[in-house]
Amino acid sequence: MISLKAQRLKTFFKAEQTTALLAAVFLIALLAGQVLGNTDPTTLLARAAIFALAALSLSFILGQGGMVSLGHAAPMGLGAYVTLTLALFGIKDFFLVTALAFMAGAAFSALTGLIALRTRGVYFIMITLAFAQMAYYAMSSLSIFGGTDGMALPVRSTVLGWPLFRSDGATALIALLLLGLAYGGIMRVTRSRFGMVLRASHLNESRAVALGFEPLTYRLLAYSFAGGLSAISGVLLANLTDYISPSFLDWHRSGELIVMVVLGGVARPFGAILGAFALIYIESLVGGFTQYWNLVLGLVLRAIVLLRGRLESRLRAMP
Amino acid sequence: MSLALLAVQILNGLELGFILFLVASGLTLVFGVMDFINLAHGVQYMLGAYFAATLIAWSGSFWLGLVLGVAASLLMGLVLEWTVFRHLARAGHLEQVLATFALILIFTDLVSMIFGAGSLSINLPPLLAQSVTFSRDFSYPLWRLIIIAAGLGVALLLWVLIARTRLGMLVRAGSTHPQTVQALGVDIDRLFLVVFAFGAMLAGFAGTMAGPLTGVEPTMGDGVLILAFVVIVVGGVGSVRGALIGALLIGLVDTLGRAFATDIMSQFLSRSSAASAGPALASMLIYVLMALVLAVRPSGLFASGD
Repeated sequence: MISLKAQRLKTFFKAEQTTALLAAVFLIALLAGQVLGNTDPTTLLARAAIFALAALSLSFILGQGGMVSLGHAAPMGLGAYVTLTLALFGIKDFFLVTALAFMAGAAFSALTGLIALRTRGVYFIMITLAFAQMAYYAMSSLSIFGGTDGMALPVRSTVLGWPLFRSDGATALIALLLLGLAYGGIMRVTRSRFGMVLRASHLNESRAVALGFEPLTYRLLAYSFAGGLSAISGVLLANLTDYISPSFLDWHRSGELIVMVVLGGVARPFGAILGAFALIYIESLVGGFTQYWNLVLGLVLRAIVLLRGRLESRLRAMP
Repeated sequence: MSLALLAVQILNGLELGFILFLVASGLTLVFGVMDFINLAHGVQYMLGAYFAATLIAWSGSFWLGLVLGVAASLLMGLVLEWTVFRHLARAGHLEQVLATFALILIFTDLVSMIFGAGSLSINLPPLLAQSVTFSRDFSYPLWRLIIIAAGLGVALLLWVLIARTRLGMLVRAGSTHPQTVQALGVDIDRLFLVVFAFGAMLAGFAGTMAGPLTGVEPTMGDGVLILAFVVIVVGGVGSVRGALIGALLIGLVDTLGRAFATDIMSQFLSRSSAASAGPALASMLIYVLMALVLAVRPSGLFASGD
């Protein structure tokens, strides 16, 4: 009975149905969040688009490369801190800030990835978490950035001299635009030779090696790229919230990013976007009723794992 | 830097190290035997402290509350294994991360719902709240010494259990060759239950011991969990000896780093830049240590099954 279901899940149609179901849930959440939530709709949209960008970058390494990183909030937070540092020096051009943040996030991921990617399974998860925590504590103890309290962003970024980020609506548009660009880019990479090798080294590493590929190189490149992309979402988040604190790098946030990716479906990059929107809107909705949002999220998550575990374990084991 | 100050910091480091050992030893066995990633181990540390705080207040006796608290932790471990972990044992790592992350969210919120988000305190009885005086300028709190002694005791107990008993033999075999052990007719699920519940009890015990020093709060398990991960990665997954040496190493490096980094750096840098860079460097030291160990030995200092 279950194996039959699993078979059906494998087929294209089932995947489309899941997408439709998710899209429906997502739309309802969107509407309910807009109507009943206690956040300004434009801010909420911008926030959702920003987290979708971060989740999309995580989905690239998690879904395509099978790397369960529990430290993806670290490059995101570093992107925010790059924005803050540059703003303190009076540099606020969005393109420059974004480019530098991308490099910082990619460099952090490359350095930590060099060590983490040599390991597998539980080691990889623990090491990514540990390095993210290192970044968290480093930022918490830097008094120039306000330590654990954080610091207000002195000036928001400008686009070609325009103070576009002054309105949350424009921030939302820029975030959506970048999200679209990133999605297009990631879909291209996913379908390219690079993406195939990345998937191959995840699904059957020994065969990929036997074919002459060096999985570590591909993983490291993908891991660094995802870190850079995540840092860009951090730049946007810094401009949206106007306040940067070490909580940007909190490991709970890394956990939430994984939840977003899994919620929308690991296999397709679009799932991460759906998952992020759903989670941010449901959070705003539930947050309007109770302060115990984490409890609700935990229970929902528990249910998802139970359902997923029953189907997925018959399909294939995730590493 | 006086010698007495150095001695106090070394003892502080050992005390943190033994707390970490209590948390990490159970966790590393669960990782090693079942290849299971449990993020909720910090929750068991936190619950242990809450059990102790509540039961000490309820029974009016520190020792009775302590013993009952540890028993409650063991019970909680059994309940969680039955209700949650058993069903995840065969799932992938991603499922385990999600489900145990969910447990953290659920229990942290439940505990703050029941006890409030603020900090509870466990008051030591007057007899235990004293300090031991070693010399004129060197005295040290008795409770911290008791923690060190308890950690040593547990380390010895674990060594006897693992190296000298049939159960320990199964645990050692299970961490390296689970299929073979199962094929020989050992119920690996029951082995998991025992290891898991015992680990949960040790984590609860650690929370109980640390509670009087750190206070009892809903999020107290998070920091300890991640430090325990670093300990396990440094020591090697599945190795109790690795957990002991890793824990003491991490405890000492972290404590001494925090105590002396600013002083040492001011030898090379100006006073003010040392004051701002010192704490940042100190908080990163153990992760740098972890990276160094991994660069040399990707599977930790002690391979699994030691």
